[in-house]
Amino acid sequence: MKSLTIDNRIVSFENERNLLEVIKKTNIELLTFCYHSELSIYGACRLCIVEIDGRGIQTACTTKPEEGMVVHTNTKTLRNIRRTTVELLLSSYNHNCTTCQKNTKCRLQSIAKNLGITNVRFKKSSAIPKPIDLSSYAIQRNPNKCILCGDCVRACNEIQGIGAIDFAYRGANSQVIPAFGNNIASVDCVDCGQCSRVCPTGAIIPRSEIGGVWKELDNPNKVVVAHFAPSVRVAIGEEFGMPSGSIVPGQIVSALRMLGFDKVFDTSFTADLTIVEEANEFIKRKEEGGVFPMFTSCCPAWVKFTEQHYPELHQNLSSCRSPQAMFGSISKKYLPEMLKIDPKNLVVVSIMPCTAKKMEARREEFKTDGMQDNDYVLTTQEFATMIKQCGIQFNTLQPDSFDPPFGHKTGAGVIFGNSGGVTEAALRYIVEKVENKPLERIEFAEVRGEAGIRAASLTIAGEPVKIAVIHGLRNARQVIERIKSGEIHYDFIEVMSCPGGCIGGAGQPVYFKPETRKNRAAGLYNADKMLQQHKSQDNQYIKDLYKDHIGEIGGEEAHKVLHTHFHNRKRIFHEGVSIIDTNTAKLTVSICVGTNCFVNGAQDIMKQMLNYVTEHSLENIVDVKANFCMENCDHGPSVSIGTEVITKANAKKVISELEAQLEQITEMA
Amino acid sequence: MSETTTTSLSMRKFQKVCDILENYEYNNSKLVPILQEIQEEYRYLPEDIMTFVASSLDVPPAKVFGVATFYAHFALQPKGKYVIKVCDGTACHVRHSSALLDAIQEKLGLSDRKTTTDDLLFTLETVSCLGACGLAPVVVINDDVYGGQTPDSVVIAIENILTKEAHNE
Repeated sequence: MKSLTIDNRIVSFENERNLLEVIKKTNIELLTFCYHSELSIYGACRLCIVEIDGRGIQTACTTKPEEGMVVHTNTKTLRNIRRTTVELLLSSYNHNCTTCQKNTKCRLQSIAKNLGITNVRFKKSSAIPKPIDLSSYAIQRNPNKCILCGDCVRACNEIQGIGAIDFAYRGANSQVIPAFGNNIASVDCVDCGQCSRVCPTGAIIPRSEIGGVWKELDNPNKVVVAHFAPSVRVAIGEEFGMPSGSIVPGQIVSALRMLGFDKVFDTSFTADLTIVEEANEFIKRKEEGGVFPMFTSCCPAWVKFTEQHYPELHQNLSSCRSPQAMFGSISKKYLPEMLKIDPKNLVVVSIMPCTAKKMEARREEFKTDGMQDNDYVLTTQEFATMIKQCGIQFNTLQPDSFDPPFGHKTGAGVIFGNSGGVTEAALRYIVEKVENKPLERIEFAEVRGEAGIRAASLTIAGEPVKIAVIHGLRNARQVIERIKSGEIHYDFIEVMSCPGGCIGGAGQPVYFKPETRKNRAAGLYNADKMLQQHKSQDNQYIKDLYKDHIGEIGGEEAHKVLHTHFHNRKRIFHEGVSIIDTNTAKLTVSICVGTNCFVNGAQDIMKQMLNYVTEHSLENIVDVKANFCMENCDHGPSVSIGTEVITKANAKKVISELEAQLEQITEMA
Repeated sequence: MSETTTTSLSMRKFQKVCDILENYEYNNSKLVPILQEIQEEYRYLPEDIMTFVASSLDVPPAKVFGVATFYAHFALQPKGKYVIKVCDGTACHVRHSSALLDAIQEKLGLSDRKTTTDDLLFTLETVSCLGACGLAPVVVINDDVYGGQTPDSVVIAIENILTKEAHNE
């Protein structure tokens, strides 16, 4: 084993990623903004500097440990530099801590405190404040609080492979912004909010809906019901000084009652319902020779991602709504009658670990008569704030029980919050149903774990079934590309966008240490063990729901209430490039050059069209545009001529349509 | 007549963009040279063209925007046909380059904020050093170097260009 010296102590090391990790072994945690063990090493914040004999001052995160290295972490020079660095940040930063949503959770705040900075020697920057970006329902950006650490840029690129925001400009003018300075809602952000999770300050935070929920609770005519997701119960305790992974569903129920909610239900109930529908969909596809792999569709960021990037996979996605969406749907449909209330007085509040669920609730498919099925979506963080607003001592609350009928769940519906949980819950159903005998073991350890891409092979009733469990959209893209190239094959693939699944969602209490996520995961598997039932098919209230309301599993009513469909969705909102740019045009030809159409031959159509226009001297009559997406991706390439849209277009088709329309124009003239 | 000229010009430019992308085999690691060649066509980087480049190279538009705004060489606003670079490096500065700047601004009706003439004929920029300190103060107009300039001589150089342009039309 190799060794080096840190502050006069000999420390051994082996395969540590960098000097920073070796220093951790000496009980010293250097302060950093930009170091996240799950992201690439960046070296931007310059706070983890150390002095190395013979090498001078270096950032510990970017330095590889070497045999015999002599490292100092605490010298006068280092203390001065760290202090100056943070003071400079404070001089250009809009720090109104008391009114900031990140107050007490802000790393800039805690680092300034830890360094004992009580005075900033530099003149405060006089830059004109930049506008706050409130365009998204999931997150809000306040560029005035950005310290340019780049954590969000790396999270978006490295976890999700999207790159919705990036650095722009340089020097004192540097900013982290979406393309062309547009707002975040007009780029291809999937609303996962991981940028807000890693943001050390209040520059990117989840968007709050607390105000609206209080308004409903204050209205005596409204019946306000709450339902909360599996992973909320193993994370919210962290907000009240409890260890991560504490299992507190009962305390959540108590707190919700104290806040004034009329009924408290469990999203795990509709997670069970999702399993019944989704597992049956899988079995049916197997029997009838349907499309494989079948992808899960519970994660709204993943769904939006496929809509923007892989429209050809829509038939592969399970058509089931997510547990949140199912909950909203069955509540609005059946609860008024069950609770004997006027439907227009029912308010459904969903409490989620997720920022993308806010976007999901606003999808047109999940509205009834123009009203959202889930009227409000609160994150775990927002819910904790409401509890704190009332002074409720959460950690000493006595547990209370859920309301029937939507409060009863099995362990299968609880493990949903972990990456691999949906798959395991589905297997508990599929194996029992297909093998037609009681399940011998309920744990499917082969699909559990932490890796971003996990594969498992099972034999169910003699048939091999290949499964993949993925978290992180960048990982998902990698697997999809390999499937498309024919390199690998799976039958069932679970995709969650956030690291570790919903337990690592951006709506959860802010965390930096990977152990936190591990503890939350362990909490959910323990919660499963503590419940009496572990298989969704055993949930009596689910059976009753089918008997009394839905009818057949996968039947007509089920399809109406529990299933959905997907759209092609543009990810570039730019209106396109005007190529001929004439103002005397009588006819506009718009050729889609979005990724899907591009790979299917849009370029050739463009070339031939331009040749045709030039050869026939039509430059003053025909305008040609390159369009970035017509949202017809699964039938590309798409071309529109006048009001006519041609899908699966080729040059011949397009030119003959153009000729026909030109003839009409000449006749009219 | 003029309509036909402009339309075919904009089409020719777009076809050039397609050719540039093709020549680089849609290789996204060649983003900087691709943008450089495109800027040669348009004299700046139009937003729609940057978006087209991003979509063709399969890189996020935010990345292309980041690169385009990072390098001073790239312009996001149209530049004039003639780009006048006044050197304000140490050697040129002590030899009164600021007087040259004032004279040019006055001649062309420009200021520190407005750097391109309305007719898109001239863009005025300052640069930190052109590496021709022996000729200080130096002005470069497109590819022509003018050494040892005075406010009068630089105005004459601009007038010569204006005369040439008037003849061309």
